[in-house]
Amino acid sequence: MTVIDTQPPKANLNPLNWLKKNLFNNWYNTILTIISLLFIVWIFYSFINWAIPPAECLTKDNAPRICANYADWNAVTENMRLFFVGYYPEELLWRTWASFKIIVALSGFSWGIFSASSTLFNRATIIVLSVLGASYLTILFSVGFESQQYLVATLFIFAITTLIGKKLGTNLPDLKLWLPLVWFFNFFLVLWLLQGGLFLESVGLDNLSGIILTFLAAIVSIVLCFPFGILLALGRQSHLPIIRWLSTIYIEIIRGLPLIGILFMAQVMLPLVLPPDLRLSRVVRAIAGFTIFASAYLAENVRGGLQSVPRGQSEAAKALGLNGPLVLALIVLPQALRAVIPSIVGQFISLFKDTSLLAIVGLVDLLGISQSILLGNPEYNGRSVEIYLFVGFIYWICCYSMSLASRNLEK
Amino acid sequence: MKKIKLLTKYSSLLLIIGVLTFLGACRSRETQSTNSPSTVQTNNSRLNIIKERGKLICGVSGKLPGFSFVNQNGEYSGLDVDICRAVAAALFDDPTKVEFRNVSIQERFNALKTGEIDLLSRNATWTLSRDTDVGLEFAPVVFYDGQGMMVAKDSGISKLEDLRGRTICVKTGTTTLQNLADKMRKIDVAYTPLAIGDEDQLYNAFLQGRCQAITSDRSQLVGRRSNFPDPEDSVILDLILSKEPLAPAVVPGDPQWIDAVRWTVFALIQAEEFEITSENLGSFASTTDPTIKRFLGQEGSLGKNMGLTNDFAARIVKHVGNYGEIYDRNIGKPFDLDRNLNQTWSDGGLLYSPPFR
Repeated sequence: MTVIDTQPPKANLNPLNWLKKNLFNNWYNTILTIISLLFIVWIFYSFINWAIPPAECLTKDNAPRICANYADWNAVTENMRLFFVGYYPEELLWRTWASFKIIVALSGFSWGIFSASSTLFNRATIIVLSVLGASYLTILFSVGFESQQYLVATLFIFAITTLIGKKLGTNLPDLKLWLPLVWFFNFFLVLWLLQGGLFLESVGLDNLSGIILTFLAAIVSIVLCFPFGILLALGRQSHLPIIRWLSTIYIEIIRGLPLIGILFMAQVMLPLVLPPDLRLSRVVRAIAGFTIFASAYLAENVRGGLQSVPRGQSEAAKALGLNGPLVLALIVLPQALRAVIPSIVGQFISLFKDTSLLAIVGLVDLLGISQSILLGNPEYNGRSVEIYLFVGFIYWICCYSMSLASRNLEK
Repeated sequence: MKKIKLLTKYSSLLLIIGVLTFLGACRSRETQSTNSPSTVQTNNSRLNIIKERGKLICGVSGKLPGFSFVNQNGEYSGLDVDICRAVAAALFDDPTKVEFRNVSIQERFNALKTGEIDLLSRNATWTLSRDTDVGLEFAPVVFYDGQGMMVAKDSGISKLEDLRGRTICVKTGTTTLQNLADKMRKIDVAYTPLAIGDEDQLYNAFLQGRCQAITSDRSQLVGRRSNFPDPEDSVILDLILSKEPLAPAVVPGDPQWIDAVRWTVFALIQAEEFEITSENLGSFASTTDPTIKRFLGQEGSLGKNMGLTNDFAARIVKHVGNYGEIYDRNIGKPFDLDRNLNQTWSDGGLLYSPPFR
């Protein structure tokens, strides 16, 4: 008997066939399809109808009464500045622009360097760029002329630094390894620009608000909770009983507490127990709360990864003469972390979204600023849908970029 | 091997940076602790700490139209905010020397007690338990508010008894719900409360007719009504369910500081009584009236004796105006709310300043 090596038959799926096969293959599926389609169209139609107000509602003054039923995107566009930089003093706004440009330039540079050996555009980067580009354009058309100029200039900086990065990356392949360090120093540079001190007029950490605060809290907590989480995971696996017990106790206690409780502790209770002349900034206390909370969860994720690395790996490494820390750093951790990237990134994404709890403890993050626009400014009372949609969109962009980045990392 | 080298390079660099930042943090903490506000000591009043610091830290809500909110340019405005500015004007002759800090309802009193803010101007109601139990020291009332009731004009409701069997919208998590229940139980009227936490949803429910009446502080009702599609279709009933005197507060046990705040508020009221405004202040430079001369610091040493300058009242009026100007700017004009109790006693209101002498 001969085995005939045949390929499975090629599915002949032109769009019509696909529809037939997947949506209209029998009578009840056909009915379901039609009902769902009608429902989707209805939702979509009413949303568009609401989102695009008729022409007579676009004038600001004495709009007819019917306009209350339509979206008023002025509530978003007129408050753009509040969303992004919050209460940052007007005469110091150049510092936020400078920080933004530095970050954009460095992102372009890193992107260039990382794609030095391949092409600049692959599927993931195209998705990220088109999402970012679309939102960039929307924002570009809804801000004042001065900001438009800055934004266009920033776009140019991005393009130029990307090309430079690509050029340099091809010539100096080692540069890739030093990028994290550049970002590390860049963080302090931007922080210095934003909060002042040392030759610059001081603004103070506590007066940062809007997206700046959301990003600051999220990034610092993410970066800090990572090493703590790994240490806790290692501690829980340790052979030394006291370290193991302490790590376990810490993880179990923190995981048993709600995040909002920890934040309230940090904001309200901590100042009561600290000596009166020791004042920690409110932002620092909040970040400490986030870090304490997230590192406990991260530790459990990492522990899962550590347990998935076969014992033979570390034994082989020891047999080769590597010492303890090196076994961990070169053999075990890289494999363990790679295995749990999806859950770690999931943790980071939820930590990013958790920063919206800052609004409850009196700090004015992205959500806090939208609440203060909604509740505070009588002009925008009742425009919650527009504003919350916009805020949700920003959160979505950030989280989706993070998840795309993680998928790239996994490869 | 290369990897190991890189690893050691990185870890040593990180170690150095860590040590440097630690040293830096220690140094900055030392410098901070010298001027950071500590618990009040008898010889070291909060007043002196603020003067040394060069700016006042004021806790506000940031989410209350007419009292404190931030406009599109990121500037604070409102009545609560102007009280802070008045204190700053009295201290520094510069109303911009205030740092505003948003404090939430839950942490407002703690922020004051821990010294994070110098002055709480966050329309807090002055009550006995807050004065004693919570431990606050209240300055004079800056706004006499009261819980009111708004109904649709064509509903024919004119008094609480008309609400029998109706639905009333009320915000959760505040004392308004309790006040309403108390009042309705007293007059024995059964009603259905519709409690909603979100402010926007609450007023939308009223507009959509899900409830026949809505209750909240009168200033809030008026503020919201001005944003309705048809403000004239709703009326605010002429009744008060509870007294809500809103006053700034400081920590107790610091007579010098509370006096400064107290007399700043009184100066605003007294200036209106004297009919001194930010515009006509200059014309009082050559006044012959001895009481006004004393008030503006041209004579005597009223300000000096309490740790301020003699012309502190003149500074306040110059920079933020008198009480009437503040009221008109923040509440009167935008919301069309008449002053009612919030007029000087000579006009039939409750604002009464002890004499400046």
